[in-house]
Amino acid sequence: MSDDVLAVPFRQRAGSAMKDAFLQEALTIATTKFIGLRREAFEDFPEGETLRNRARAIKEATLQRLDHHLETLIGNVERLGGHVHYAATSEEARSIIVDIARRTGARMAVKSKSMATEEIHLNEALERAGITPVETDLGEYIIQLAHERPSHIIAPAIHKTKAQVAALFGRELKRPVEADPEVLTRIARGELREKFLQADLGITGANFAVADTGTVVLVTNEGNGRMVTSLPRVHVAVMGVEKVVPSLTDLMVFLAILAKSATGQKLSVYTSLVGGPRRPGELEGPEEFHLVLLDGGRIAQLGGPLREALSCLRCGACLNVCPVYRQIGGHAYGHTYPGPIGILLTAMLEGAPAVKDLAHASTLCGACAEACPVRIDIPRMLIELRREVDDTKIAPWAERVAFKLLARLLRHPGLYRLAARAGRVLQRPFATEGTVSRLPFFFDEWTRTRDLPAVAARTFQERWASEKDLRP
Amino acid sequence: MTGRRRASLMVTCLGDLFFPEVGVSIVRLLRTLDVPVDVPPGQTCCGLPLFNSGYHTEAAAVARRTVSLFADSEHVVVPSGSCAWMIKHEYPGLLSGKGLAREAGELAARTHEFSQFLVKVLGVTELGSTVAGRVTYHDSCHLLRGLHESQSPRTLLGGLRGVELVDLPGADECCGFGGSFAVRLPEVSSQILAKKLANVEGTGASCLVACDAGCLMQMRGGLTRRKSRVRALHLAELLDGDRR
Repeated sequence: MSDDVLAVPFRQRAGSAMKDAFLQEALTIATTKFIGLRREAFEDFPEGETLRNRARAIKEATLQRLDHHLETLIGNVERLGGHVHYAATSEEARSIIVDIARRTGARMAVKSKSMATEEIHLNEALERAGITPVETDLGEYIIQLAHERPSHIIAPAIHKTKAQVAALFGRELKRPVEADPEVLTRIARGELREKFLQADLGITGANFAVADTGTVVLVTNEGNGRMVTSLPRVHVAVMGVEKVVPSLTDLMVFLAILAKSATGQKLSVYTSLVGGPRRPGELEGPEEFHLVLLDGGRIAQLGGPLREALSCLRCGACLNVCPVYRQIGGHAYGHTYPGPIGILLTAMLEGAPAVKDLAHASTLCGACAEACPVRIDIPRMLIELRREVDDTKIAPWAERVAFKLLARLLRHPGLYRLAARAGRVLQRPFATEGTVSRLPFFFDEWTRTRDLPAVAARTFQERWASEKDLRP
Repeated sequence: MTGRRRASLMVTCLGDLFFPEVGVSIVRLLRTLDVPVDVPPGQTCCGLPLFNSGYHTEAAAVARRTVSLFADSEHVVVPSGSCAWMIKHEYPGLLSGKGLAREAGELAARTHEFSQFLVKVLGVTELGSTVAGRVTYHDSCHLLRGLHESQSPRTLLGGLRGVELVDLPGADECCGFGGSFAVRLPEVSSQILAKKLANVEGTGASCLVACDAGCLMQMRGGLTRRKSRVRALHLAELLDGDRR
């Protein structure tokens, strides 16, 4: 994300987000709805729990032999007449795609929703090369018009209310637009139909790629994915290397749980299996098909502490249930991938220092791990990241000293008792009837909005030592 | 119930310093149930605050103390789900490289969150106390998702005479405490809390029950600050009801 955003400290970004009444309304409505839909979907699907375990096992086994599965995939995509490119970095991925666009004389690119292309900042690169990118997923279309970035992995415009979208469309069309989702969708559809026909290049991400068959799989709801992959002369799919699955049988396991976790649907409206360019005798499909395999820090985590995050299906379930995400939304995180999994992915792609503050943007409540279709233990890895931040001394000096002091106190009961006594003395000016309502310095971070219990006149252990009727 | 059980109370740092009455209630309740209680001296904290913030070497040193303090205990009873979870789920890993894997594993097996000890170890569902009024229950994250326990506290509350137990909407959602999170991102923590408390007040309950000192500190602190008529109590305090 832009350096401007990151120039503001995370806590302040979160604070601004919580003051944005529109955002708050939109977030509450959308996340509550997603939570309910997901819960219902799995309640009606008793085999879901077993399939989640199975899906995780497939991911683990695939990551064990990722090189083998990628080789098989590459072989099969090429056999179908497609081209495969390997991009070690975002920069490489951008230049591969811009080169394809230039070579094929493309002037306009239609895109279906893809977090991988957000990750590599593709739109800006295309624009610089004189190619107009057009987002065709409704949510992406909205945020492209608003010159924003997605704030959710599957619902990029989740931060906008329908009234805001109507106002945005009205500004573009220079006429009043009714804040009715159907009307808004019809407008976008009309605008986009033209673009599909004009575009020379179709760009998509990939939810999966099946090694055995060389098939790229797109899970969408609006049908735009099919237009993007079939109308333009050239189709480029961009995919993180970890998204390969061995076989179609494996694919079925993931499809059975992905949409349920994301939107509560049994299946998404469209599941497109794309198999290379148009072959002789076929009526539709692109003349050229390219698959860009993106590393960007993923391969290094195969043996790293964030390995589990490579199993992520990008369903967004962990965002919807996260108490922090639900207050601050996606933009406040400041990176491509928001929410609990986003913190891990940001660390993976940009390194641990990038999440120095974000690693603490979690209550460790575990709702994310519970909602994750492949049961990624996100809280555990957040703690690992905190450890890395402390160990590498990126954490603030004062904080590290405070925790070391705390550790000493907890190892020595004499010091602990002394601290309790000191607390009782120091709290005197601030405590009334066992409650502290205002404290100076750093402690005010608690007392500004909440009372704090005073250190008890006698701690439990003091009472145990002195009260006869308490002892046996 | 077979044979007589003995329990050692691990009162926890928050329980010791801020909520001594919770420990007192637990001792009284266990005595009523004919369970002898001891409190091994020199207790401090389970080390969870250190562990969660990433100070694992330090947390391991604290864990080592706990393991030796409770080495002779038959059962260790802990009033907070998060501390029980720390001992049961994190101690074995933390101490495995320190030659204490077996001891940590044994302690984990002998350690129980308070409501689980009552219902699952002692087989108790009714305490015979009377507490009049409407009560609602908040699921603490570590007890619910860490120890997979949602029933035992509700069973015990349901066994009280005179209590009307009502469901709390979003009972399984975090209260916003999260240890150091509460002061690192106080604005976010407070907004999560505000939503929780609005749900609590919407139930019409006069008493909010939880099984974790962290959640209690957060929720009680929010309730008294907004001068709510709802009181936040630890399960043990309510169960101890008319004995107090």
